[in-house]
Amino acid sequence: MNRAQTENKASPETKSGEAAVEINDLKKSFGTQEVLKNVSLRLLKGENLVVLGRSGMGKSVLAKCIVRLLNPDSGTIKVFGENVGELNRHGLSELRKKIGFLFQSGALYDSMTVRQNLEFPLRRIKKDLSKKEIDEKIMKVLEDVGLPDALNKMPSQLSGGMRKRISVARTIILDPMLMLYDEPTTGLDPATSDEISALIDDIQRKLKTSSLIITHDIECARATADRVIMLHDGEVHLEGKLEAFEKSADPLIVSFFKSSHGQSHK
Amino acid sequence: MEKFVPVQASILLTDVADLFVFLLRTIKETFSRNFEFREFLRQCFQIGYKSLPLVSITGIIEGLVLTIQSRPSLLKFGAVSMLPGMVAVSLIREMGPVITALICAGKIGSGMGAELGSMKVTEQIDAMEVSSTNPIRFLVVTRVLAATLMIPILIIYADALGMLGGWAGANIKGDVTLVLFFTQAFAHVGFDDLLPAVIKSFFFGGVIGLVGCYKGYSAGRGTESVGIAANSAVVLASLLVIIIDVIAVQITDMFT
Ligand SMILES: Nc1ncnc2c1ncn2[C@@H]1O[C@H](COP(=O)(O)OP(=O)(O)OP(=O)(O)O)[C@@H](O)[C@H]1O
Ligand SMILES: [Mg+2]
Repeated sequence: MNRAQTENKASPETKSGEAAVEINDLKKSFGTQEVLKNVSLRLLKGENLVVLGRSGMGKSVLAKCIVRLLNPDSGTIKVFGENVGELNRHGLSELRKKIGFLFQSGALYDSMTVRQNLEFPLRRIKKDLSKKEIDEKIMKVLEDVGLPDALNKMPSQLSGGMRKRISVARTIILDPMLMLYDEPTTGLDPATSDEISALIDDIQRKLKTSSLIITHDIECARATADRVIMLHDGEVHLEGKLEAFEKSADPLIVSFFKSSHGQSHK
Repeated sequence: MEKFVPVQASILLTDVADLFVFLLRTIKETFSRNFEFREFLRQCFQIGYKSLPLVSITGIIEGLVLTIQSRPSLLKFGAVSMLPGMVAVSLIREMGPVITALICAGKIGSGMGAELGSMKVTEQIDAMEVSSTNPIRFLVVTRVLAATLMIPILIIYADALGMLGGWAGANIKGDVTLVLFFTQAFAHVGFDDLLPAVIKSFFFGGVIGLVGCYKGYSAGRGTESVGIAANSAVVLASLLVIIIDVIAVQITDMFT
């Protein structure tokens, strides 16, 4: 059980084939609505896995199950070899320290300034950082997302796209081993979108993080994906390289790519 | 119409039962390590300092109105000299605590309900949880403790201003110096008037903080639930303040 973890600490350059996240037969329903019927997937270490799917197909629910913000009805989720469903509160909290989670809504703390928003996870998770190191990290990450001037603003003073970028910053500031991005580029203009996609790709290459990227943005998928999964009707509809998706004759996938193309060229 | 009352009552009962479960969770987190001291201080400031204007105005007016209203009746019995004492006793024992607590239920309870409710709806509470921060410890424990501590202070402060208001009221038709007014007043006020009032004030404070947090924390999805949380926080907190008051009166009565 602990082998994966210790090995990962010893060498971040992990072999391909080892899973950072392994989901088997995941089911989740709300009342009578079955959102995830039977989802199994593996996110390998150091890999960018893009999850595509129509609105309402349960992509966000899937991401929330991985960090156990939602409890699945059945099925197992293993993160770095640990069964998320069986962890006690302390174990869960330790595991979450290794995971960065970008909420679809951004979920910035709106009673705090941008600086405090970025400080919040840092102070709680990396307790040994000095004040200077924290400030440096904050400035660095704000430059990465292209918003160095936003430091002392309140979230309510930012535009929607700026808020999104600050939430991306808040997720990556911890250098987590696993990233879960829920729609990192929605609501951004094409140029900023490309920058964020490049940033995600950059982080993965530099830090060898494993990332699950939920998106509708084909350009983002193109820039980041090592592998793609399409969720439909509560199941993994298709899994493979992006090229395979683009060549696919499956009407569902064709329509998805066509409409997304229309959007990104607007 | 016959069904109306039982349904309402059962809703209230389940609400209070859930509130009790929430209380237990909060107590459990209160006694765990890593107390969020900074957030606690921030809440004390929010609850205490920011409520001062409202509490001041209601305090003064309470005393003023009470004096003006009581004066004619006392005059009939030729007991005007009792006026300061009577105002002091009714303010300290009942009017001050209950009216101030109800005002605070409106201001602080709804504020907490709306704040935590919107944090819940916009996933900020989830975000805290994935940052390995226990939201009950960070948000709820600090707020409930701050309310438990600050509301009694606000109540005593309102009592004091109420007495000043009473003195002003007494001077509209009569002529009493401040010193005389207070000497006469405190001749009638004993420790056994003050203590029960202070004790119940802590309960008022605790219940206002708890209900505000509970309603906000259990808000549903969608923005309309923020409004519902704020509104039902005020309703339930006010109701519980009154109920606690009834119980407190019974208990003090047993000991006097
Ligand atoms: N906490 C919840 N309670 C009840 N139903 C929920 C909850 N969370 C999600 N759902 C339902 O689950 C379904 C899937 O939601 P989800 O947010 O995962 O979709 P999505 O694939 O992320 O869509 P989008 O691309 O629009 O973000 C929706 O029908 C939603 O109403
Ligand atoms: Mg979603």
